[in-house]
Amino acid sequence: MGKKVLMKGNEAIAEAAIRAGCRLYFAYPITPQSELIEYMAKMMPKADGVFVQAESEVAAINMVYGAAGCGRRVMTSSSSPGISLKQEGISYIAGAQLPAVIVNVARGGPGLGDIQPAQGDYFQATRGGGHGDYYVICLAPNSVQEFADMASLAFDLADKYRNPVMILADGLLGQMMEPVEFKDALTPEEILEKEKQHWDWCCRPNEDEPNHHHHEINSLEIDPKELEKHVLRLGEKYDLIRENECRWENYNVNDDNELLCCAYGTASRIVKSAIDQLKEEGKNVGMVRPISVWPFPYQQVAAGVGPKVKRVVTFELNLGQMVEDVKLAINGKVPVEFMGKVGGLVFTPEDVKAEIEKYL
Amino acid sequence: MPRMTVDPKYCKGCGLCIAACPKKIIRFSENINSKGYHYAECFDQDACIACMMCYNTCPDVAITIEK
Amino acid sequence: MQVVATRPKSLTDLQFTYCPGCLHGVAHRLIAEVMDELDIRNETMGVAPVGCSVFAYKFFDCDMQEAAHGRAPAVATGMKRARPDMHVFTYQGDGDLAAIGTAEIIHAANRGEHITVFFVNNAIYGMTGGQMAPTSLPGMKTTTSPYGRDVDDIGYPIRVCELLDSLVAPFYIERVSLLSPAEIIKAKRAVKKALLYNKEERGFTFVEFVSTCPTNWGMDPMKARDWARENMLPFFKAQKFRDKGEE
Repeated sequence: MGKKVLMKGNEAIAEAAIRAGCRLYFAYPITPQSELIEYMAKMMPKADGVFVQAESEVAAINMVYGAAGCGRRVMTSSSSPGISLKQEGISYIAGAQLPAVIVNVARGGPGLGDIQPAQGDYFQATRGGGHGDYYVICLAPNSVQEFADMASLAFDLADKYRNPVMILADGLLGQMMEPVEFKDALTPEEILEKEKQHWDWCCRPNEDEPNHHHHEINSLEIDPKELEKHVLRLGEKYDLIRENECRWENYNVNDDNELLCCAYGTASRIVKSAIDQLKEEGKNVGMVRPISVWPFPYQQVAAGVGPKVKRVVTFELNLGQMVEDVKLAINGKVPVEFMGKVGGLVFTPEDVKAEIEKYL
Repeated sequence: MPRMTVDPKYCKGCGLCIAACPKKIIRFSENINSKGYHYAECFDQDACIACMMCYNTCPDVAITIEK
Repeated sequence: MQVVATRPKSLTDLQFTYCPGCLHGVAHRLIAEVMDELDIRNETMGVAPVGCSVFAYKFFDCDMQEAAHGRAPAVATGMKRARPDMHVFTYQGDGDLAAIGTAEIIHAANRGEHITVFFVNNAIYGMTGGQMAPTSLPGMKTTTSPYGRDVDDIGYPIRVCELLDSLVAPFYIERVSLLSPAEIIKAKRAVKKALLYNKEERGFTFVEFVSTCPTNWGMDPMKARDWARENMLPFFKAQKFRDKGEE
């Protein structure tokens, strides 16, 4: 405790997950998150946990489903094309209301794309991603420290709401090394306490009558009236999450802002640098950084529009995805602009600064 | 006294027990169950030898054998 | 007088949703009887597939998970690794195991997961209305092979037991049939062996049941059994492929 270590993002999230009580990890190698699976291969057995390299991302997410159905803390990780493969499984996890954590270290797409960082999975991550009416709680870190801090948060949210939680990172965050301080590891007793909250519904050792239980982990409801009830209940859960789990950061947001930026993850670091540079030149620009991209902090983005703000500019490493949510948040109050960078390339603070200056 | 009993609520009138019975003492009832199936029934319990062939072949576990 | 045979405790009270004369019910009963006899009901959890037996999670009276199509062996892997003290089985049909789930079954078997897989082979897709399966026989007419399965175009049926038998890890593999009371009694011995080895943590066990689909074959249940005997058993031979417990 209190000790900072220099660690790669991919390894930091793995270490943090183990400390947060994750004892089951199933995944398939894919660039740029192979360090994550390799770290788990080495460290899970040392923590008396389970590591299985599955035959595919499809198999991995279904192993997660099986373990989550037994009420235990379980995680998988992949990168964009592999996350696409997992969508069926994630939809089932959401439909069956299971707690699980999925890490996406996103890369350039669509299709095979490339192995460089990108933010092209925003739509997939924030609009359910798979079939049917559901959402994954989606957290977007922008530093290795934040990435690591999100592990225990992700597992706690997954447990609290019995829902899949995604940590949406990208190749840059996965690969970069920064100082990180880890939380103390949960003790076996503490982990057991976390699991006990699921004992009334999960697959676990049984008894004879009258205490015999028949727990079904299932998302099928063939009677439409029953499915309606189930989906409406999911909807109520998502409303609760929207009310209670928005996370965001205001950076230099004040009443004298001439312009407001919006960016998440790696893009937000670059925007911060640009804002700092502009500050030195006497220009006052703020940024609202969504930390939860689902639920999206619509109110907080709107509240960031100060009295002097004439424009909002969204910066993303894609063709324009989060900008749609920003437009919804701003609701026509001021124009919303967009600057993107695709192909796995990353804009520079100078690029961002020049874009902002266009509007000042 | 061996006996085989069919629970009408499970029987779907498939006929496999009738074909399986070596004593040929099972038939479709004239009655129907709530699903409309003519369920199977033993019409000569005295001849039953509890061979269990009917129980073994019944796909709906509708049969109880007593000895 | 005492009851010598009745509904096993390991089945719920629900009536099976299978067609009249469908042998899924027999397979269910055998598994449930063995769960009772080995007294493992309270330490067992099962995985239901997508297919006619999708509702198996309602029929077995133990904790059950419903898996996505074909994924049952992966789900079972997660379950067993999460609760190693419990016993896990999957129950799957042709499409689930031999089509969409081919990767999952091969790799679960190859890892030697301590689970039991029950595979019901009736050479057709029942639930979706009678389409061709990977196990459909050459020349067999189904709704998606209306002119008969053309082996030059889409190949021959897959023999899953033989496929799995090429792997090192599996502990016990046997193909049985449910086409007569005598075969059913033999099938029960295989089910018992598979679940006993499972209980003893010996390794991966697999039982394939040659079965019928009266409805989609367009035959009555008795004729369907005859058809299976004449057409399926010559290709899908009922035999024990391996039993490491008896080496």
